[in-house]
Amino acid sequence: MPSLKDLRNRITSVKSTQKITKAMQMVAAAKLRRAQNAAESGRPYAEKMSATLGNLAANLVGGVGAPKLLSGTGDDKTHLLVVCTADRGLCGAFNSSIARLAARHARKLASEGKTVKIFTVGKKGYDMLRRQFRAEIVENIDIRGTKPVDYAFASEIADKILARFDAGEFDVATLFYSQFKSVISQVPTAQKLIPAELPSTDGKTTTGASADAAMEFEPSEEAILTTLLPKNLTVQIYKALLENAASEQGSRMSAMDSATRNAGEMIKKQTQIYNRTRQAMITKELIEIISGAEAL
Amino acid sequence: MATFHFDFVGPERTLYSGEVEAVQIPGTEGEMTVLPGHAPVLTTLKVGVITVTEKAGSGKRIYVQGGFADIGPNSVTVLAERAAPIEEVNAGVIDKEIEAAELARDATEDLEKREQLNGQIVQLREAKHVLGAN
Repeated sequence: MPSLKDLRNRITSVKSTQKITKAMQMVAAAKLRRAQNAAESGRPYAEKMSATLGNLAANLVGGVGAPKLLSGTGDDKTHLLVVCTADRGLCGAFNSSIARLAARHARKLASEGKTVKIFTVGKKGYDMLRRQFRAEIVENIDIRGTKPVDYAFASEIADKILARFDAGEFDVATLFYSQFKSVISQVPTAQKLIPAELPSTDGKTTTGASADAAMEFEPSEEAILTTLLPKNLTVQIYKALLENAASEQGSRMSAMDSATRNAGEMIKKQTQIYNRTRQAMITKELIEIISGAEAL
Repeated sequence: MATFHFDFVGPERTLYSGEVEAVQIPGTEGEMTVLPGHAPVLTTLKVGVITVTEKAGSGKRIYVQGGFADIGPNSVTVLAERAAPIEEVNAGVIDKEIEAAELARDATEDLEKREQLNGQIVQLREAKHVLGAN
């Protein structure tokens, strides 16, 4: 049986752990609010961008010479999986659920005889996928100091992906990130990046005009599309990073909340054992004294 | 005077939204002023200044760098890649941008990229000129 001192030590250690998890929870809550705001204020841009692109693409349907970023290379042999995770752990299943989704996807593609390449953003995803897919990982970027994530960082990633695409290294790109639904629900999501997946427009433009209304383009439609598509890539990545940041904090908050609660329960249990042991010892000593006195 | 809805959206947040009388936009093919009832146009932007007229005599000026404008029958949306209120931008800031672009141009071997950066430098010079005139 553990001595009283052991029990006391254990209680203090659990208490200090609880203090840490509590602090982490509160920090995550504050960061979550900021990340959520950023994700929400970034949404109009991404929405308007894909709506406009949807229009353009709808006008161009069947048009010859659609950019490859939109129509694809006409092949789907080589897939690039862009896996966005966080740099830090201790946030529940956040990192592992994204990594698991990506790994499942990669195995499925491999079993179909396709070549898989993996591009990881964030240290945790790299660490997890490295074990299984060492040969497939082509590049890894850490998020490091770029916090909160900014547009420049997203465009840096997009440039790297585009450079690989232009070099013909892959045919299809899929982005993996965690969509932020609410504090308790984050959904790991796979999104096609290349060829671009655009919302189907029901003949409406962003500004409410019907798509058949003669729209003028300056410069030409093709020129706009070629400048817009790479930008769209950046915007989609930026959106994913923002969603990820919010999801990470939300996930960490609920993980740390349950950790704090578990620590509280453990403290309660240990304190009970401690008190009981202490009482037992006192009783034992009393019995010894009394029976000693009776023996005289 | 009639008004229309104008949205100015940056990647990080919406920078301006409201009813306006006129907007002057630096399109890649040339400056244009949009009044209510403008024909639908989609244009890319160069580096320059957007002038928003809320009503005669009062308005706002915003510095933009790249992006595009979607002009519809009763609303205009500008998606800017980078933007700042005109007060925060001066010739010094643009000089720095020009210098950075020049360094990038001299560092790259890719002809296409050089061409692109050259265009950017020309646009920046123009923007500096516009700013200097005010």
